[in-house]
Amino acid sequence: MTDMYNMPDERGHFGPYGGIFVAETLMPAITELNVAYQRYLKDPDFIAELDADLQHYVGRPSPLYHAERWSRELGGAQIYLKREDLNHTGAHKINNTVGQALLAKRMGKTRIIAETGAGQHGVATATVAARLGLECVVYMGAVDVERQALNVYRMKLLGATVVPVESGSRTLKDALNEAMRDWVTNIDDTFYIIGTVAGPHPYPAMVRDFQTIIGREAKQQCQEMTGQLPDALVACVGGGSNAIGLFYPFIDDASVKIVGVEAAGDGVETGRHSAPLCAGRPGVLHGNRTYLMADDDGEIIETHSISAGLDYPGVGPEHAWLKDTGRAEYVNITDIEALEGFHALTKLEGIIPALESSHAMAYTMKLAPTMKKDEIIIVNLSGRGDKDMHTMAQREGIKI
Amino acid sequence: MSRLKIRFDELAKKGRKALIPFITAGDPNPEFTVPMMHEMVNAGADIIELGVPFSDPMADGPVIQRASERALEYHVGLRKVLSFVAEFRKTDQQTPVVLMGYLNPIEIMGYEEFANAAQRAEVDGVLTVDLPPEEAEECVALLRARDIDQIFLLAPNSSSERIRKMDSVGSGYLYYVSIKGVTGAGHLNTADVEQKLTQIRENTQLPVGVGFGVKDAETAKTIANLADGVVVGSAFISKIEKNLDNPEQAKIEMIELIKSMRQAMDS
Repeated sequence: MTDMYNMPDERGHFGPYGGIFVAETLMPAITELNVAYQRYLKDPDFIAELDADLQHYVGRPSPLYHAERWSRELGGAQIYLKREDLNHTGAHKINNTVGQALLAKRMGKTRIIAETGAGQHGVATATVAARLGLECVVYMGAVDVERQALNVYRMKLLGATVVPVESGSRTLKDALNEAMRDWVTNIDDTFYIIGTVAGPHPYPAMVRDFQTIIGREAKQQCQEMTGQLPDALVACVGGGSNAIGLFYPFIDDASVKIVGVEAAGDGVETGRHSAPLCAGRPGVLHGNRTYLMADDDGEIIETHSISAGLDYPGVGPEHAWLKDTGRAEYVNITDIEALEGFHALTKLEGIIPALESSHAMAYTMKLAPTMKKDEIIIVNLSGRGDKDMHTMAQREGIKI
Repeated sequence: MSRLKIRFDELAKKGRKALIPFITAGDPNPEFTVPMMHEMVNAGADIIELGVPFSDPMADGPVIQRASERALEYHVGLRKVLSFVAEFRKTDQQTPVVLMGYLNPIEIMGYEEFANAAQRAEVDGVLTVDLPPEEAEECVALLRARDIDQIFLLAPNSSSERIRKMDSVGSGYLYYVSIKGVTGAGHLNTADVEQKLTQIRENTQLPVGVGFGVKDAETAKTIANLADGVVVGSAFISKIEKNLDNPEQAKIEMIELIKSMRQAMDS
């Protein structure tokens, strides 16, 4: 059993990736968080409270759905969708915010901050903050505030303060910068709920652990429904939290092919994309070492994707490690291909996926026909597409 | 022996404290930087902290963020900054220059290539905001082999254990960030600084510079009475920002500020 996958090490390293790269003022807070996390991770009361919330508040377990019609149409592998879109607030993000908010409460923190891109993590954070009666401030790039107006309104209804970030490229990475600045200023009473498997240790491991409920359920459901393990897993990767949540429980199952799908935007060859694993290089940003989109001077390059949730120049360090070791494969899907995935699922299965998840759907359309009919693909349907109606309508020249 | 050590030893002998102004390289334009470095020395600066512009300055307040953005419009990156230092060295062999910035530009260049380039440009110290000592071993070893000091930050919430850690890994000086927050924010509290410096001194023999919140000659004097060095950043860069249409006027006001601080610190 010595080869069991067991990452990260105690200082948060996944091989050369991960680690803790933050300003000194944050170090005590990160140490405090790590101590608390290690403690509550093994605390039966904490686990019981978390499990109860996931069941009764989030609505877990989420179904594993056999997309028979779509599978037949593609003529290859049987496709199963992990329905994270059916969670409360409409995406996988809430698995993590419920966990971190419970941790914040146990640590006696009274104020929650978060960054958000598409607004899904912001909404999921504002939701749990409302429920626990915690003050909540969400940082959001000014560009995203504009293109995700609906989610901004949802957060405000939930009692959160949404701060538009005007610095830099005014998108997700800048929201993260601003949240870090807030944290360093209000370190004593504030808990920073990071929405993806990035940031300084213990965030990548902690967010992963809260999201692995996806993969644990999927594994069990797949066994029950088909009597076997899946042959392939497919999930979209921005920061990579939904993907690692699905992948992690299968890492030691060598027969299961693992595929992460990055956003190619206008196409990786155009330079206008958000695919650091496919076309970036290792560097350090937002507290960890990982693949980044950076120029020769180490400045971060602006990213492009139709999906605000994938519009980020970095990626979780564990994905960097899974790429380098070859355990997972990372591919990319353009905006146009993602739209094909969006329409296919909508028309054939009556499920409208988020634009982020549509990238995973689009890759599945390429993969399934290359596989046998008795083989199984599990695709993470990480969120629902309601939030994207405006973007879709606009793109198709329709006013709503 | 590093220029920083020599400089702090000299100052100690004279009973003077180090005045350490910070400017972002390339702000408001690339031609401004090297002449301004010389002007700062003439006006009384002992050490220069030169900011390496970065696209995502997470620990900086709005003033230094905007300085970075202005410099990046001219594509002033790490290589360009190193060329500024080399240029400065042609006529100033004494004044230590410390590069201050974020880790990613150094990561992307590669630690060894950076260490060699910094040595060629005659850089004296490197302060990387997001590189704590736990992750710094490789970088520190490469720099130390070339007589370049790695400078670490201390914060109001740093424990004695952490101070000793910085003491063992760092060299040149330690930079005490006097407030919890980003650069240019808030007001420093003299009593708090004094108390913290007592704790710091109990755990290190390295000189201690204090920054974040030094706004004028009066605060500079107060800090100089407590610490070995006074770092001035945002207050200084505000002069550039105020005079974007007239960099010469910015230069005049910056020189005035340094002179007034020097005078207050020495009186």
